Amino acid sequence: MKFLPLIWSSLARKKVRTVFTLLSVFIAFLLFGYLSAIKAAFQGGVEIAGVDRLIMVHKMSLINPLPFAYKRRIETTEGISAVTQASWFGGYYQEQRNFFAQFPVDPQGYLDMYPEISVSEEQKQAWFADRGGALIGRGIANRFGWQPGDRIPLISPIWRNKDGGNTWEFTISGIFDAGVEGFDTSNMIFHHEYFDEGRAWGDGLVGWYIIRVDDPERLQDKAKELDAMFANSPRETKTTSEKEFLQGFVDQVGDIGAIFTAIISVVLFTLFLITGNTMAQSVRERTAELAVMKVVGFSRRRLLSMVLSESMLVAVLGGGAGLGTAWLIVTTGGDPTNGFLPAFYIQTKDLVMGVLLVIAVGAVSGALPAIQAYRLENIVALRKVA
Amino acid sequence: MNNWIAQVVSVTGMNIRSLPQRWGSTTVAVVGIAGVVMVMVGILSIAAGLVDAMTDKAPKDIAIVLRAASTGEMDSIMSRDDVTAISEAPGIARIDGKLLISPELFVIVDVLRRSTGTASNVPMRGVDANVLAVRDNVRITEGRMFEAGLNEIIVGRGAQEIFEGIELGDTPRWGNNTWTVVGVMEADGGMPESEIWADVRVLQAAQNRGSTIQAVRVKLASPGAFGGFKDFLTADPRVNVSVQTESEFYSGQSRFFSIFINSIGIFVGVMMGLGAIFGAVNTMYTAVSARTGEIATLRALGFGASPVVFSVLVESLLIGLAGGLIGAALAYLIFNGFQISTMNFQSFSQVTFSFAVTPALLKSGVIYALLMGFLGGFLPSIRASRLSISTALREL
Amino acid sequence: MAILVDLKDVSKNYQRGPETVHVLENLSANVPEGDFLALMGPSGSGKTTLLNLIGGIDRPTSGNISVGGQGLNDLSESALGKWRARHVGFIFQLYHLLPVLSAARNVELPLLLTNLGRSERKQRVAAALSLVGLSDRADHRPAQLSGGQEQRVGIARAIIADPTLLLCDEPTGDLDRKAGDEVLDLLEALNEEQGKTIIMVTHDPHAARRARRILYLDKGTLGPEPVE
Repeated sequence: MKFLPLIWSSLARKKVRTVFTLLSVFIAFLLFGYLSAIKAAFQGGVEIAGVDRLIMVHKMSLINPLPFAYKRRIETTEGISAVTQASWFGGYYQEQRNFFAQFPVDPQGYLDMYPEISVSEEQKQAWFADRGGALIGRGIANRFGWQPGDRIPLISPIWRNKDGGNTWEFTISGIFDAGVEGFDTSNMIFHHEYFDEGRAWGDGLVGWYIIRVDDPERLQDKAKELDAMFANSPRETKTTSEKEFLQGFVDQVGDIGAIFTAIISVVLFTLFLITGNTMAQSVRERTAELAVMKVVGFSRRRLLSMVLSESMLVAVLGGGAGLGTAWLIVTTGGDPTNGFLPAFYIQTKDLVMGVLLVIAVGAVSGALPAIQAYRLENIVALRKVA
Repeated sequence: MNNWIAQVVSVTGMNIRSLPQRWGSTTVAVVGIAGVVMVMVGILSIAAGLVDAMTDKAPKDIAIVLRAASTGEMDSIMSRDDVTAISEAPGIARIDGKLLISPELFVIVDVLRRSTGTASNVPMRGVDANVLAVRDNVRITEGRMFEAGLNEIIVGRGAQEIFEGIELGDTPRWGNNTWTVVGVMEADGGMPESEIWADVRVLQAAQNRGSTIQAVRVKLASPGAFGGFKDFLTADPRVNVSVQTESEFYSGQSRFFSIFINSIGIFVGVMMGLGAIFGAVNTMYTAVSARTGEIATLRALGFGASPVVFSVLVESLLIGLAGGLIGAALAYLIFNGFQISTMNFQSFSQVTFSFAVTPALLKSGVIYALLMGFLGGFLPSIRASRLSISTALREL
Repeated sequence: MAILVDLKDVSKNYQRGPETVHVLENLSANVPEGDFLALMGPSGSGKTTLLNLIGGIDRPTSGNISVGGQGLNDLSESALGKWRARHVGFIFQLYHLLPVLSAARNVELPLLLTNLGRSERKQRVAAALSLVGLSDRADHRPAQLSGGQEQRVGIARAIIADPTLLLCDEPTGDLDRKAGDEVLDLLEALNEEQGKTIIMVTHDPHAARRARRILYLDKGTLGPEPVE
């Protein structure tokens, strides 16, 4: 610690250079943090998927509906503790570009199935009481600025209603937040009864089932059992764990993780070069000074650790500021697409990775120069000076 | 003026010749800039590729009719009556007296992706057996067209490469039906290459759709006939439809994806660019301070300040150019033509396309690199011009 | 007087390309405690080399050097460093101060290698600076000091750990007469009042005369008279 002023002053030697190097590190880690949030938006849901939940869809594809009659049969199956249904409403607000997800559900059943939905008791009761009411996620509320009490009309191209048009009226009963970080709040849930009564076709059909099993260990077994139950029927099913189901979507988008890793690798590689080069320059310019310190009695090892400390200091200051700023922007700025992304946050594992990378940058970029300092031959260095 | 140019040339010449001494930090700046260009062009080529596959390859003389207010083919619903009304509109091409109309169904089926082994929503389209006359940008390149009334399908070249189990001769099973792949189709990289096509009536039955369809495609007598065709249908009280050219339609369908990807690409590009600029600044400052003695001597001899400034900028621009060319070349070699398939959320189905590193992108990349080089050299060049000659000479 | 520095049959060679340069050959000499020795001789005679060997910055090709009873050949690289920090103070022609540090911090440098606490270090630095007459310049950077002042900071740094031996390589070489004299006054005081043994390499006869004795190094031999 007493060496800190010495280390600091070495950096202060060429202030401009140090500042620009710090900025490079800062930018790199700011980018890392922000991209991590984007990555989490695509991948994060999988992490928090319920360990005891299954999703059952039509075997052909999830856009094909399932009979409502299946619910009873699933409910009464051994090992199943709850079943609830949801469907795809497919509506948009005024213009097609204002589309978002809306699900007609069984209110009590859905909220029980998803304790991650965090809504005030008052708003919950208001929703239960109003057949035409809807709960919107925080992401939707932010995007459109809707408040509880607002009446909003939605157009559903798929679901013509009984009066012949495609417009459905809803009242916002409340806004729900993510009880668990990363839970999707870019959708709306409303009463299945309202939907069923109003739609001109599709009687007796629902979109998919969400099923809770008693024993998470038997998740896969139960899934197979349920599919076997409906095999060879006109509407066969495909049941998977919620995690697999969500992972399937992620896989469909493509290998986001790989793309992210690739970009970050290029960024870091370049960063190593920049900071490493700066450190090397700095050491090269200071051979005489380093030699003097050796004369005064500083050992090789001490010089090595001092140079390493310099690069570490730059990395930690710049990288720490970059990660911190990214975190700040992500948490206060929120979703850059204003509601299209299901969630937007930096996962803990990525923060940890960020810190490790900061240390790596410090170590790798300082390694060669530190070794140069270690290997400094007194005479050669002093003679250069004299 | 001549004198000035002569000065610039000689100073720049000296700079260039002394470059090898500073090759370490110069390389770093070049690599940094190259990296930025490569990544940015790479990301932007994704959107360019999608737009190319979807919009550029979409014919302008094929119109698509959907139910009004639909967001795409998937949520549109039309009946046979609608088809009849549409067939009465002007401007539709004929062959041997027959109208070139294609009523179509659009659904998705689960197919396993080769790379992950997990299922993806691949678009499956129900069409009439004469569809190739209407959609004449599509050709069968292997096997043959399916026979009406049978469980036969043809598969797009792109879909085949990304997904498994749908090659010529394969018999995939969806729902309670087994299908046989009898042909492979291509469309110059356009949308049909991501799809699976079957007989519309067979598909309707398999999907419990009764006799409803979702989209009607029509080959126009000429691109100019579109206006009349659209006006007729918009005014017709029997139908409630939206009419677009295929090109317009797909342009809308790819909007979000391309905006999203381009935003990310630009964001990443700008951030990385800043980093590269900072790296370049360091390099140029080093370059300047390494040559303080030279510069001071030149100034003492009477060389003006501006040739010095200029020479520093020229050097940093060259660094930018080198980085830009290398980055662009790498982007082209690594990314161009790389085939991927991703979920287009607007159509909720997979689109297969290739990264397209277009000449426009390459040009932008190099220009951006030059900008980075310039900005990197700007401050140092000012510093070089402000050098106090006497101080510098004393330090020699 | 006890012997502080003892050189026995010391030789030093350098490789210069294909040639081997024999700088010192079988040199034997000793320096008693409390001596103030001026070392003179033509350029390239090996004066600086000899100084470096005595200070442990370089190792002889053959022969033994012992300082204060400690045989330097026995010490490892890092042990030599530690030893040097405690027992030797170096003063250079070009001062070799760290330009980014203030005078006080420059002087403090050797103390960072000890276990002394912050306030103790501050005290010692203040004492050293006051001894060389630069208390009012403690916060100045080398760039803000004159040559003579820089050298005095160098001296303060050299004595801060209270070493027995001071090795000076052309300490007045870069200074004008007045500044040089101030430096020499300091050295003299350090020798006479504090009993420090000083070996000073110099070109300048004026400086040499301030020492207690003068030796001439030429063609690898050390003698009381300049070789003609």
